[in-house]
Amino acid sequence: MANPILQVENLVKRYGEVEAVRGVSFSVEEGEVFGLLGPNGAGKTTTVEILEGLRTLDSGQVSVCGLDPQRESVALKHEIGAALQSTSLPDKLRVIEALRLFASFYKRGRKPEELLKRFGLEEKRHTFYHQLSGGQKQRLALAMALINDPQVLFFDEPTAGLDPQVRREIYDIIEELKREKKTIVMTTHYIEEAERLCDRVAIIDHGKVIAFGTPRELKAHSGGTTRIEVRLSKPESNGRLKSLEGVVDARELDGAYVLHSQRPPQTIVSLVKQLEAQGNDLVSLEIATPSLEDVFIEMTGRRLRD
Amino acid sequence: MTNFTTLTRTRIQLAMRNKMFFFFSVVFPLGMFFLYAGIFARGNPRVVSYFLGPVIAFNVMGSFWGLSAALVMFREQGILRRFHVTPVTATDMLASSLLANFVLTVPTVCVELLLARFIFRVPSLGNLLSLAVLVTVGTVSFGSLGLVVASVTNTMQETQVLNQLIWLPLIFLSGATFPLAYLPNSVQHFSLFLPATYLVTALQNALYQSFPVWKLLVQVFALALWAILTFFVAAQLFRWEPEIKIPRKAKLWALATALPFFLLGVWENGNGDILRQAQTAFHSLERPANADQQAKTSK
Repeated sequence: MANPILQVENLVKRYGEVEAVRGVSFSVEEGEVFGLLGPNGAGKTTTVEILEGLRTLDSGQVSVCGLDPQRESVALKHEIGAALQSTSLPDKLRVIEALRLFASFYKRGRKPEELLKRFGLEEKRHTFYHQLSGGQKQRLALAMALINDPQVLFFDEPTAGLDPQVRREIYDIIEELKREKKTIVMTTHYIEEAERLCDRVAIIDHGKVIAFGTPRELKAHSGGTTRIEVRLSKPESNGRLKSLEGVVDARELDGAYVLHSQRPPQTIVSLVKQLEAQGNDLVSLEIATPSLEDVFIEMTGRRLRD
Repeated sequence: MTNFTTLTRTRIQLAMRNKMFFFFSVVFPLGMFFLYAGIFARGNPRVVSYFLGPVIAFNVMGSFWGLSAALVMFREQGILRRFHVTPVTATDMLASSLLANFVLTVPTVCVELLLARFIFRVPSLGNLLSLAVLVTVGTVSFGSLGLVVASVTNTMQETQVLNQLIWLPLIFLSGATFPLAYLPNSVQHFSLFLPATYLVTALQNALYQSFPVWKLLVQVFALALWAILTFFVAAQLFRWEPEIKIPRKAKLWALATALPFFLLGVWENGNGDILRQAQTAFHSLERPANADQQAKTSK
């Protein structure tokens, strides 16, 4: 905790009766990419929007760049850049006009031309916003987030709704920012994204941080096991599956059985033997290297998905 | 200050690229102009001059419609949120809407004046200073009313319903469409509670009877005070986020904007001479043209 640029302590936010964020705490150091990973509705966006000064908090303490997002909102906004979720620009605004307009709001900043080039939007400079593709809109959103050369960047679900190829383009952009030692706070519900881009991850579920650390630490936490996912023609009891060789954990998830094994080959052999003995059939079998998904499954008994 | 200027410029640019804007702010008001000048006034210069005030008032008041719709659309599409993560303030956002609207309204008003003067041969455009002052307070105050509408409604549908509810009495009961003096007596007295009435009569006085500003102070001050109050309420109730709904209690604030004209209406009904002025103007149309001409030259 050498130099935290952003701190959150016991953050609570209610919408009427619903507690969207229930005591979240974390801190982000300068130059790191910090990820909030969790399913939709876990409270990630609410948390980030409180940090951006867009929403008020009900209790807890928050500081970004040494500023209070509620009381020093305008000063804070000079220091941050954001790509929001569910946002848009006027249909008939051209790309270059959007960059120039937003550049005019800040004291310091980067040149719109430079950002156009960097984000591959040079050819689209005179295109109306509504004529851009999803990927181009997102690249413009990222370019706009950088327009004031901010100290902290917030990317809320930067690749949600984009197809895989465009998603990889966005990853490349974020990786480049990472090499430049930009401080980035991002939310995502994609495991791959968090593992690939984030230095540290907080896994959030139902408004609470349920696990916290580098992707490697988190994976190690799940005991370095391999996930074996099987579908069977007849139901099987978790208890019997747990007693298979090498299996440390077994649970049923959406009609499939998820086994965590320390010795996958032995587990599979003994599984097949047991099924044969019972006249049960193997419909499908999938082996996956441990990922943050396993951490999530272990902690919540649910899958992290769209 | 730069935020305000660049936002204003962008709003003007966006409006000019919008077909709906072109229809409501250019085609529609000019259509009204030709309807009154060409058909109702049958091209009679004196009658055209009489109707010019109401026609311009109609154009100026129309601001509130476009402003409320644009702001609610910006909010619903999440465009306002994007501005909210920048140092732009609610006041920047609202004030730039008003200025953009003013800049966009003035050309149509000028076209109407030029058409009246050179095509319909209206003898005089009355007192131009009064006209300029009234067009300014008119667009700003009715624009602010639009901003309040945007703030107290949650969806575009609600906005359009409220717009209709406000618009219809404003145009039909204020003398903007039917001359005030022609309306039933009770309606005339009721009209004194509507801001539109003051704008319509003042514009008519300025254009048709060349009233200087000092004779229109009641209307100018009332509209200016109302503009400040409505702008203040709009800024207080302003929301960036589409999903943040307006609390019921806050809607009462919107009623506060009716207060100045309620008080003025009470006073005018007792002591004022706005209705009398409107009647004088109306009845002057019945006098033969040369009598009016003489009256003017003798001034």
